[in-house]
Amino acid sequence: MTGMPPMTLAEKLVARAAGLPSVRPGEVVTAKVDLAMMHDSGGPRRVAPMLERLQAKLWNPDRVVVISDHYVPAVDAESAGILDLTRKWVKAAGVSKFHDMQGICHVVLPERGHLRPGMFVVGGDSHSPTGGAFGAYMFGVGATEMCGVLVTGEIWLRVPETILLHWTGKLGPGVVAKDMILAMCARLGMDGGRYQAIQYAGDTIAGLSMQERMTLSNMAAELGAQAGLIAPDAMTKEYLLGVGVPASDIDLAAWQTDEGAVVTERHDFDAAGLPPMVAAPHSPANSAAVTEHKSVVVDQAYIGACTGAKINDLRMAASVLKGRKVAGGTRLLIAPASARTTAEAAADGTLATLTEAGAILLSSGCGACAGYGAGVLAENETCIASTARNFKGRMGAGSSKVYLGSPYTVAASAVAGRIADPRDFLS
Amino acid sequence: MTAANKTGRVWKFGDNIDTDVLAPGPYMKSPLVDLAKHCLEAVEPRFAKEMKPGDIVVGGRNFGMGSSREQAVMALRELGAGAVVAPSFAGIFYRNALNLGLLALVCPEAGKIRADSVLAVDAARAELRDIETGKTYACEPLPAHLLQMIADGGLLPHLEKKLKVQRSKEAQA
Repeated sequence: MTGMPPMTLAEKLVARAAGLPSVRPGEVVTAKVDLAMMHDSGGPRRVAPMLERLQAKLWNPDRVVVISDHYVPAVDAESAGILDLTRKWVKAAGVSKFHDMQGICHVVLPERGHLRPGMFVVGGDSHSPTGGAFGAYMFGVGATEMCGVLVTGEIWLRVPETILLHWTGKLGPGVVAKDMILAMCARLGMDGGRYQAIQYAGDTIAGLSMQERMTLSNMAAELGAQAGLIAPDAMTKEYLLGVGVPASDIDLAAWQTDEGAVVTERHDFDAAGLPPMVAAPHSPANSAAVTEHKSVVVDQAYIGACTGAKINDLRMAASVLKGRKVAGGTRLLIAPASARTTAEAAADGTLATLTEAGAILLSSGCGACAGYGAGVLAENETCIASTARNFKGRMGAGSSKVYLGSPYTVAASAVAGRIADPRDFLS
Repeated sequence: MTAANKTGRVWKFGDNIDTDVLAPGPYMKSPLVDLAKHCLEAVEPRFAKEMKPGDIVVGGRNFGMGSSREQAVMALRELGAGAVVAPSFAGIFYRNALNLGLLALVCPEAGKIRADSVLAVDAARAELRDIETGKTYACEPLPAHLLQMIADGGLLPHLEKKLKVQRSKEAQA
């Protein structure tokens, strides 16, 4: 690679997809899409009529993944109709990569081996940056733009600048990726990402599991970034081999930021000094140490969503709930992120610990997080959730209030009946 | 496009208007006309009821943050919004707006625009003018191909054109 300018991971991923030897931030390029993912809400029900109007077929059905997760399971005629349309459409369109009611798309996509480092992927959902945890350039698009991709296999984008979010040190007990991302939201704000590419790096990131890395990449959306990348390493490879990706498909060396590559902004964070964080209504950027919110009484505690109900998240909750009970007057709802998550949690006893503490299990899907499914809030109710967003009215009634915290913090709050510091519950 | 010098009354909003208040989740499976009735109701209950076709939505920083749901744009379009103006937009919302033919203008001085004032919108010149005071607000110009796409009604009609050309070429070959 002599003579090539040093490039960031984001630039390398975009250059490869655009078929160019190198790219520069600000340049507008057309990229070939390796994979397009859609769910039942923004997917077939929206793109089918557009494709019909264009009388066009998919550019490549093998590069399309459809995952039903928003209206699952159906609760009324409308949601049943949306799912029915989704199932019929994938069959007619020849899409074989269809995962029906198997969990939330951002968790199911890597779980079923669809992602690998170096890929350029679009998803019909704003939390699509989750794929960045695997060294793929993945971002969210609306349904019309998705239709364009489905017909042409291409999409235009402005080559992003790279914003480096660098973490050093070891996280304290009861402090996890969710606390890190809430701290970053507080520091940078909801538009700090400026629709550019974030890259998370440093020894703290290297020490995180893939599930924890997914939490960071997922909430690059809350930082207003287009993508949230983490350079792949041995941990990435181990995960991918575990979900059946062939070793020959996993190139780690090619997908690293070069020494000397230009990073537009760099922000440094200290993991050791980070307390558990809680975001107050109505923005993830409203985050502060949990101790600032300890008096707040909660009606509901919710562990769910793509960002907050993976297997490690359920294990965090279980470590707090073991031998304890949910407080009277508070309800704890848990919606595991995927069917595989549920199976793993059942196999290792996590599920039993949760239900013995009084948690109520819900089906896997986007559910209450987005106000779509079971577990929404009444007027004036207060909830603490392990989800990604606490916008006004998102989880139900307009006057309801949602606080965000890690699964540790949500579980501790469920036991206390008010927002609680999980460090008081971990021995 | 005949859009040059459209006028409309200003509805003013703050920073970080999100897609959940533009297109609330509980109504996402309803027909668009019903969803639109709840557009922005959590922050301004009068909006959907009193919005007139051509009215202009002026937001603060990071307008349209959150979900990729296009209904956030479609609800505004359904209510007849003539343009959305803000000092900055969330990336996905911005792309969605242009893709659906809704004029989205980045205006660094949007904060100075008065609520309820009447603005003339000149898309080609990327300029807003307060009809009463004559004050003008410069916006970031959109590239010609995106203005054309908006004028065509968005990405879908644009693709329709493109496919028609492609197919007639194939038929000739």
